[in-house]
Amino acid sequence: MSIQIQNVSKRFGSFQALKDVSIDIQSGELIALLGPSGSGKTSLLRVIAGLEASDGGDILFDGQTITNRHPKERNVGFVFQHYALFRHMTVFNNVAYGLKVRPRKTRPSKEKIKDKVMELLQLVKLENFAERYPTQLSGGQRQRVALARALAVEPKVLLLDEPFGALDAKVRKELRRWLRKLHDEFHITSIFVTHDQEEALDVADRIVVMNNGQIEQIGSPDEVYTHPKSPFVYDFLGNVNLFKGRLHNGHLTHGEFTIAVPDSYAHTQEDAVGYVRPHNIQIEKTAVSGTVPAKVSHIHLLGPIVQIELRRKDVDEYLEAELSKEQYHTLQLKVGDEVFVKPKELKVFIPEDFSI
Amino acid sequence: MEQSTSNEQATPPKNAVASTSAALQEPRFIRYSLTFIALAFLAFFIVLPLVSIFITAFQKGAAVYFAAITHADALSAIKLTLIVVTIAVPLNAIFGVMAAWALTKFNFKGKNLLLTLVDLPFAVSPVIAGLVFILLFGAQGLFGDWLFANDIKIVFALPGIVLATIFVTLPFVARELIPLMQAQGTSEEEASISLGANGFKTFWYVTLPNIKWGLFYGLILCNARAIGEFGAVSVVSGHIRGMTNTMPLHIEILYNEYQFSAAFAVASLMSVIAILTLIIKDIVAWKSKSV
Repeated sequence: MSIQIQNVSKRFGSFQALKDVSIDIQSGELIALLGPSGSGKTSLLRVIAGLEASDGGDILFDGQTITNRHPKERNVGFVFQHYALFRHMTVFNNVAYGLKVRPRKTRPSKEKIKDKVMELLQLVKLENFAERYPTQLSGGQRQRVALARALAVEPKVLLLDEPFGALDAKVRKELRRWLRKLHDEFHITSIFVTHDQEEALDVADRIVVMNNGQIEQIGSPDEVYTHPKSPFVYDFLGNVNLFKGRLHNGHLTHGEFTIAVPDSYAHTQEDAVGYVRPHNIQIEKTAVSGTVPAKVSHIHLLGPIVQIELRRKDVDEYLEAELSKEQYHTLQLKVGDEVFVKPKELKVFIPEDFSI
Repeated sequence: MEQSTSNEQATPPKNAVASTSAALQEPRFIRYSLTFIALAFLAFFIVLPLVSIFITAFQKGAAVYFAAITHADALSAIKLTLIVVTIAVPLNAIFGVMAAWALTKFNFKGKNLLLTLVDLPFAVSPVIAGLVFILLFGAQGLFGDWLFANDIKIVFALPGIVLATIFVTLPFVARELIPLMQAQGTSEEEASISLGANGFKTFWYVTLPNIKWGLFYGLILCNARAIGEFGAVSVVSGHIRGMTNTMPLHIEILYNEYQFSAAFAVASLMSVIAILTLIIKDIVAWKSKSV
């Protein structure tokens, strides 16, 4: 089912949770709503599910306005952040709930409910846990029960609120890959909320980056990562080095740096900020053109990646660089070493365009 | 053992009592003397009076005791008390659940006012509570003429006693449920609605099972108070023997007539009910903890 969100606004007292939000979601897409806490992503999800009424705007499912439809009639599967499993029911009854509460006319027979529930429990690999209570399950298992419960009613839309938020890193990764696989099999239009950029980049077809109740950018993971439209998106999707300098003759100058900028800024003469990802900082042992001297102040070994903290010598500022383990070994860096750095790629934003 | 955050919120704080750590251990002398003081206090103020009730009740022998509790007036008082309880407690259960549901699952204007009003019967003296009903429904009261014209008796009759009892015991169920339902939040109800259940089914299958022990606990307290209520009922009952006397009123009359053994015999009956109530309450508290 396709979903259109048109100019939706929501206010809680004096707090504007959503401002004029519009998104077009294709049928079968897996969408990530990504943003910091308080950015309105959960509010938007709840408005789509009907758990929260919007103040303005419309929600359309398959071209039909459902803005005023009761949540129980929206045929939406909602997976809650803390699972919200029925604590006094077994896993089986949790999953069966949505089928059992149907009006008599549309309710499947007991045997059919049982078959369906066992099929779903098999899907989430919990068939041996049917008689357990939620408190007897681990976080990842509870999450899977919540998912099975939401899927039992055969929803046209699956909404997941921070589905992996409360899980440890390993389970989290496993579960999100599993969710992706599940989605590829069933093609239910799905929207999940997350504040973890890695999760969004890993799983989603498209990412909606939100901030202060507004949409900053919508695009494929690659698009938002490599072509962020605003400093906020750039900042939120990864670590970043800032070069606050001045644009002049197609170059950005900052300290001793003079960096060529894209052609669109060739005739701009203004204060601007260059954004460079840590892995785009080039480190050399000897001076080459365009580099400035810097001193290695810290080295963090994070598995396959090595993070290097550098202190620039021309201006009193720190830079963060990322190397692969091999690069790191070839360079043979030690804390205190003098090196030469330059940005390989940078993105320029002019501060006036964006108030940050 | 794995515990999710939502579960931790759900456990009432009384479960959170940790085993005493060594750092919090007082010297033996202090521990024993504190325990002794507490026990002595309890013995003097609770055990001694309770025992004396039974001693006085049986002072003139078992025959007098059983005669006292099977006397027509005593039986009528017991019957009236039971009738009042069977009307007042279920009504308070319904009101308490509705009030707690409204106050914890919804946001609306005047919520805090309602929360305060629910507590009012605890703050007001029961005598005043009784007087309020006299002022409303008595012969000189606001609706007095109308009630007289239509031959409806409220004051000095069963309806007045029921009303006064309901008023006094109003907060018990709601007070018990509000913190419980606040701690449980609304997410299970939201899950139920999003799975297609209507409001009633959500309440019946999700909310009620989650609050059943708390509700039961509140009902027991409510029940105990409804049986024992004296002040408010005394004002509205009119003390008509064999008609509008509840057990506590009957005891008072017997006592004022110097029939000590009979008074204490009925009192002992009430004490037994009270002790039974406490035992059931403890079982419920223990049950609700283990669920």
